Amino acid sequence: MNELSLAQFGGLFLHFLMLSLLSIGGAITAAPEMHRYLVGQQGWLTDTQFTSSIALAQAAPGPNILFVAVLGWNVAGPLGALATMAGIMLPSTTLVLAATRWAREHRHTVGVRAFTAGMAPLTLGLLIATGWLLAVPYVRDPEHRVATLAVIALTVLLTVKTRIGLVWLVLGGGVLGALGIV
Amino acid sequence: MVSGTAQPASLSVLFWAFNRLALQGFGGVLAVAQRELVERLGWLSREDFVEMLSIAQVLPGPNVVNLSLMIGDRFFGLRGALTALAGMLLFPSVIVLGLASISDALLQQQTMAGALRGMGAVAAGLIIATGLKLLPSLKRNPLGRAWALLLALAAFGAIALARSPLVWVVLGLGGIGMGLAWRRLSRDDGGKRA
Repeated sequence: MNELSLAQFGGLFLHFLMLSLLSIGGAITAAPEMHRYLVGQQGWLTDTQFTSSIALAQAAPGPNILFVAVLGWNVAGPLGALATMAGIMLPSTTLVLAATRWAREHRHTVGVRAFTAGMAPLTLGLLIATGWLLAVPYVRDPEHRVATLAVIALTVLLTVKTRIGLVWLVLGGGVLGALGIV
Repeated sequence: MVSGTAQPASLSVLFWAFNRLALQGFGGVLAVAQRELVERLGWLSREDFVEMLSIAQVLPGPNVVNLSLMIGDRFFGLRGALTALAGMLLFPSVIVLGLASISDALLQQQTMAGALRGMGAVAAGLIIATGLKLLPSLKRNPLGRAWALLLALAAFGAIALARSPLVWVVLGLGGIGMGLAWRRLSRDDGGKRA
């Protein structure tokens, strides 16, 4: 953790404020730029700290955006987390609220209906593609390939066909991973 | 947007619902959000969910955070949006920052690394499954089922296999989808009026 001056806190906040509107597809798309700023330019975090901040937030319950809070925490404790989270959230939240109200008011117009109807297939294609891309690195590891593929296939099957609590599936995966099976 | 059948009775119901789904979301919240909001609570139909996600994903910010704002706003206006957002972020951020203050050593451990691997693989499977479960919503798409499935498949191929940049996929395939939908919708409206 670093001792930041007030001006440096301001800089941290402003930097994440700027990244907010660039984070289309999730804050993770702005991760390379955060890395450049926090690790390269300011030297507030090491490479390992940066990577493990992201890994931690992804494993913990809650939205993955919280990796931004963990980065801020590791830079400068609670105030750091507040600066990065407030920065990343404020602009996108404001824009989303404005856009969603506009879309709701105009939902009967051909333009808005054409947008949601035309985008829906992409939304689902992208969703499945995201899952696919997340799975690829796990499957690529030859030592665990077969077991990991089986676990992913079983996860898909159980999720689609049953109403089993999803949290049990994730915890089950954690146990298999801890035992070195996947 | 077609209303779901049920809706949250109060702001506190909304808060705890989002808190509950966020705390179940290891490795991402979207799969749990679909399960809870569409299947368990019935606040959104499958079509509503896809429609909101379509808007959420082209806006900056994480999809699930955007979804929570949109859903909260829909039921209770600004207060609802902020309540849903707080439900989504409050307890998870306490947990993750608590872990951050103790965990550097923890993460280096072999068992812990293995557990994260296993959880990550399952989380990937959950996202694939959520996409597959929502595919039937395309049946009611104005594009018609064949076109809709074709576009979904093309988007999957472009991102997952060809690794094309998202912006080109959205502009290219999204443009085709919107153009087709526009033509059909304005033809249908014209037909009705005639």
